[in-house]
Amino acid sequence: MHIPDGYLGPATCGVLYAVMIPVWGIASKIVKKNLKAKHVPLVAIGAAFSFVIMMFNVPIPGGTSGHAVGGVLVAILLGPWAACIAVTVALVVQALLFGDGGITAIGANCFNMAFVLVFTGYYLYKAISFNSPVTSKRRVFAAGAAAYVALNAAAFCTAVEFGLQPVLHHTAQGQALYSPYGITVALTAMMSEHLLVFGWVEAVITALVVKYLQKQDSSFFQE
Amino acid sequence: MKTVSKLWVGIVFLILLCPLGLLVPEKFRSGAAWGEWGMEEIKEMVGYIPSGLNALSGVWKAPFPDYTFRGWEDKGWGHSCFSYVISAVVGIAVIVVFVFIFGKFLGKKNK
Repeated sequence: MHIPDGYLGPATCGVLYAVMIPVWGIASKIVKKNLKAKHVPLVAIGAAFSFVIMMFNVPIPGGTSGHAVGGVLVAILLGPWAACIAVTVALVVQALLFGDGGITAIGANCFNMAFVLVFTGYYLYKAISFNSPVTSKRRVFAAGAAAYVALNAAAFCTAVEFGLQPVLHHTAQGQALYSPYGITVALTAMMSEHLLVFGWVEAVITALVVKYLQKQDSSFFQE
Repeated sequence: MKTVSKLWVGIVFLILLCPLGLLVPEKFRSGAAWGEWGMEEIKEMVGYIPSGLNALSGVWKAPFPDYTFRGWEDKGWGHSCFSYVISAVVGIAVIVVFVFIFGKFLGKKNK
C-alpha cells in the first residue's frame, strides 16, 4: 500500500499533502496537551511496531504480496492522534531510508495509513467495545473487526488515488502519464486482495495483541 | 518485567523474524504489491512506461533501497536476510531517536 514516486500526479500528491499538513499540526497539538512523558516510549514502540510489521510481506500465491500496517493496534493503545504521529514517523523513515513509498507520495501514504486507517479503526473499535469491561471478549472482537475494516478503508482510498490518475493525467493519444490503471481495475485488484487476505492478517495481529495485553496489563484499556 | 520492556522484547523478536517477510513471498512466487511495480514490470504489463512515472520514479535515491544494501541485491538469500534484519534495526533506531526528540520538544511546555 506504499505508493511509490511517479504513480500519482502532482495534483493528487499536492492535495493529500495539503490535507495531511493540518492533520499533523492538530495531532502534534493534541499529543502535546495530553501525552505524558512516560508515554513517549510507548509512541516509539508503536512506531517501531508499525514499521517492522510492514516488513512481513504476506504472499498471495502466484499473485501479489502485501502486509498489515499495525496502525489500529497503535490507535487502540495510544489514541488516534498519537497513533497518527507514530505511523507517520514509520512511513517517513520507510520512504527516506528504504525507498518504500515515494517522497512525493508521503502525503498520500500518510493519508491512507496514518489518517484513514488509524481513525476508522479507532472509532470503530470504540463503537463496538462501548461500555464493555476491559478484559471482555467483546474488546478482542472489536479490535479485530476494527482492524479488518480499517485496513480495507485504507486500501479503498489507495485504489481510488491510483484509479484517478489515468483520468486526471494522459497524453492526447490517451497514454497515461502516471499510474496507468483506471478506477475499476484498481478497486478490483486492491479490494479483493485486502478483503480476502491482508485485512485478516491485520485483524488477527490486532486481536491477538489486545488479548495478550488484557491479561498482561489491562490498564491499557481503561478510558 | 514491566509491560513496556516486554513490548520491546516483542519488537526484537519481530526484527529477528522479519526475513520471513522476504522468504515466504519468494517461496510462493508472489510478486510486488499491487501498484508498486518496477519500470520493467510496468512496460511488460501495459506496453509502455508512462512518461511522468518514468520521470518521477528516480526522484529519490534511498540509502538502503528495498531494505537491502546497495550492490547486495543479487548476492543470495543469506545476504538478503542479513541486510533485511540490519535495515529493520537501523529503521527502528532512527524511529526511536526521532520519537524521543519529538517527545522532548513537545514535553517542554508540560513542565
